[in-house]
Amino acid sequence: MALTALTSKWSGSVPAVWAVWDVWDENSPDRIIKPVAGDRVFRWITTVCAAAIPVLMAGLVCVMVFNSHLALKKFGLGFLTSTAWNPITQEYGALSSIFGTGVSTLIAMLIAMPMGLAVALFLVEWAPPKLEAFFGTAIELLAAVPSIIYGMWGLFVFAPFMADHVQPLLGRYLGFLPLFKGPPMGIGMLTTGIILALMILPFISSVSRDVFKMVPSVLKESAYGLGATNWEVTKGVILPYALHGIIGAGFLGLGRALGETMAVTFVIGNSHRLSASLFETGNSIASTLANEFTEASEPLYLHALVALGLVLFLITVTSQIAAQLWLRHIIKKAGGK
Amino acid sequence: MQSCSLKTRKAIDQSVRVIASLSAVIGLFAIVWILLTVTGRGIGALNLKFFTEVPTPPGIPGGGLINAIVGTVIMTIIAAVFSLPIGLLAGTYLAEIGKETRFAEVVRFVTNILIGVPSIIVGIFIYALLVVPMRGFSGYAGAVALAVIMLPIVVRTTEDMLNLVPDSLRESALALGASRWQVTLNVVFRSAKRGLLTGVLLAVARVSGETAPLLFTALNSAYWFSSLKEPLANLTVTIFNYAMSPYQDWQQKAWGASLLITVGVLFLTITARLIMKRQGKQL
Repeated sequence: MALTALTSKWSGSVPAVWAVWDVWDENSPDRIIKPVAGDRVFRWITTVCAAAIPVLMAGLVCVMVFNSHLALKKFGLGFLTSTAWNPITQEYGALSSIFGTGVSTLIAMLIAMPMGLAVALFLVEWAPPKLEAFFGTAIELLAAVPSIIYGMWGLFVFAPFMADHVQPLLGRYLGFLPLFKGPPMGIGMLTTGIILALMILPFISSVSRDVFKMVPSVLKESAYGLGATNWEVTKGVILPYALHGIIGAGFLGLGRALGETMAVTFVIGNSHRLSASLFETGNSIASTLANEFTEASEPLYLHALVALGLVLFLITVTSQIAAQLWLRHIIKKAGGK
Repeated sequence: MQSCSLKTRKAIDQSVRVIASLSAVIGLFAIVWILLTVTGRGIGALNLKFFTEVPTPPGIPGGGLINAIVGTVIMTIIAAVFSLPIGLLAGTYLAEIGKETRFAEVVRFVTNILIGVPSIIVGIFIYALLVVPMRGFSGYAGAVALAVIMLPIVVRTTEDMLNLVPDSLRESALALGASRWQVTLNVVFRSAKRGLLTGVLLAVARVSGETAPLLFTALNSAYWFSSLKEPLANLTVTIFNYAMSPYQDWQQKAWGASLLITVGVLFLTITARLIMKRQGKQL
């Protein structure tokens, strides 16, 4: 659906119907017809429904702030930099959760971004049309599979696979790096990152595919006509042309990875600690919430968890706003051309 | 680029092609692996008892998950009943009435951000809003949480689908003397109905697989549905609880429930895509 949103936003031309439609504006000096009663009611109802959305958002922010004020007051900004998480001594800090969210998302993006682009390129430029339709549909269906299924698969199938085959190999050849130290347990940061990558891959590749398809074939053909190879056309024509859209696709995947709960909770191991090794267990903001929320009996514990939620909310909203502004920037540019 | 010989350039081209094809194959391999695992491990759990009986106490084999199936369906339907009318009308406002007013811009912006809010945050929001004042987890809270997730998706797809309706249709109807609400309901909605249906199906598919927002709203229950004011059994939280349990029998049931939910969600998604495809052919 994001693709339609992305593309529909691009056609920013003002339709002819505008002139007639302007009569909706009751204060418009151009108004020629008095709106009938039915129109007024219709307008009123739809406006109220539309207003429900900002109201919902404002309510969400207020409720979250109100339910985390104990923790915010007690720990202040230190909440963000403390690694303590102890319900018994009532000490709470968000750092290990933020670290886990950041690391798992980073691994996911590092894998999914190049792979998503490669898949999209393969589909648009090299695959025969029938194969493209088949692969395209399969990858988009992958996007519809609920995240808990990835979690199940990750815990029971993929984590043992990592422990038996991938991690010993990495440990043997790259074990001198602090990243790959420790026992191969299967669960942990690396496995989480890979599963997140598989989850966001369909989003990135399907949006990129749409963007690549919008590159005018005249441009590509002229490059081919000059004797460029497939890869040279890709590097010199397609990627620069599609760059803005690709960054949009990246933001989409980023948003998904940051807030993903179930797939992460199953495989990250859920321990409050910072570790340089990707084999070690850890936690993310979402996994901490999923695990501990129903156990929080003390008010301060609960408020600390909601504060953690607020941090995640701010991170995702910031990335969303950046994405929105970015898209708006592209639309303006496209409109200006 | 120019300094390379033709041979090197062709070699680079070939290797990139191989890498891209390999990525596509890995992507496809992943989906096949996941789907085969879910089918292989889940199919054994799906028997008549699975669809007709409520769960047995921990450790005792047998029983089924009919209560969770019913719970998930009930909550999804209530969520749809809450969010579809509001979402459709709000989307109509954005596409037909507000268009490029400042207010519509704000609503559009907030809708897009709301779509990106992690579903677990919505769970916390509804926990604080409904579960705490009502003093307990409830089916209502779960349904409202799902509705909050569904609403912005419905708004955005509605707006996108209505925007696909050509303006000439609106103009012709207006020129015939129809008032604007008649135009919207009888002309714009009618010509966009397949698109709207697609959007609704995709939104339902999306929320029916959600787990995170139900963890602290509907919770879960081992009993038959009694009241929406009680914790309500549902498939996804059952999967989570059963998968984490030490009982072989429960883990097997979790795979069965996973298969059921995957089949359901994929069925809705594929149906939605087919409907949209037929719309494309008609236009």
